[in-house]
Amino acid sequence: MLATYAIPDVIVFVVASALMLVGAVLVITVKNPVHSALSLIMTFFGIAIAFIELDAHFLAAVEIIVYAGAIVVLFLFVIMFLGVDRPDVDTGEPLVGQRPLAALGVLITVAGVVVMMAHSHWVTGASSASTNGIPSQGGNDNIKALGTAVFTTYLYAFEITSALLIIAVVGAVILARKERSLDLVGEDA
Amino acid sequence: MTIPASWYLIVAALLFGVGAFGFLTRRSALIMFMCIEIMLNAVNLTFVTFAHSLKDIGGQAAVFFVLVVAAAEVTVGLGIVVAVFRRRSSTAVDELSELKG
Repeated sequence: MLATYAIPDVIVFVVASALMLVGAVLVITVKNPVHSALSLIMTFFGIAIAFIELDAHFLAAVEIIVYAGAIVVLFLFVIMFLGVDRPDVDTGEPLVGQRPLAALGVLITVAGVVVMMAHSHWVTGASSASTNGIPSQGGNDNIKALGTAVFTTYLYAFEITSALLIIAVVGAVILARKERSLDLVGEDA
Repeated sequence: MTIPASWYLIVAALLFGVGAFGFLTRRSALIMFMCIEIMLNAVNLTFVTFAHSLKDIGGQAAVFFVLVVAAAEVTVGLGIVVAVFRRRSSTAVDELSELKG
């Protein structure tokens, strides 16, 4: 079965999938939060490789810069800032049978998604309004097509994201700063 | 012949499953946020796979917005984690049981 596909494509797929899945499993299994964050970088690299294989070159670069760069650094910063970089104590199960039930629910979800994918056929006729019929392509055309879509069809959504980011920054500052005047009754450390 | 889209979709489904399982079982709020990122990335992979197979840039534009929202969500979420840690000296979500009836 593998022989019917180009060998380089198969190698890229296997490497990307292995990086993603092993990284994700490490994130949820290792005890130290710092190791989890580093495993998360591994997952993001796998996803970036898959994006390149799928001709999404701009998003692959953004995946590395924003996710593996900014977001993971933010995680690591908070881990160090809070001083929780020691092994996490997962003491037993507060809810009876949580893990088996979680595993069962996840299994049903994934199996349902896979069965749905196997049984559905995707309409490939009309493309959405975003491209005006321009197909997505690799190389510079990918960036050009994505930029055109974002700044024409999705212009309002793009403008609204700027408001979202401002709100997020202000909210994070308000949440994370020390409230001296309002916190007289709290046992603030 | 290139890799069929369904292979990437199945990997994305598995990745989402791993993230969901971690979110449901781990106690640390930080690890739960990382699991949310894993699930968001699994969905991003699905979007890009469909954008590739349907020759439509709209899927990639959707991923672009998911990225922005994920960045905002992580910023606010970690702010909440820091604020909770000030009160509780712990990131375990089991500690947050004040509203228990």
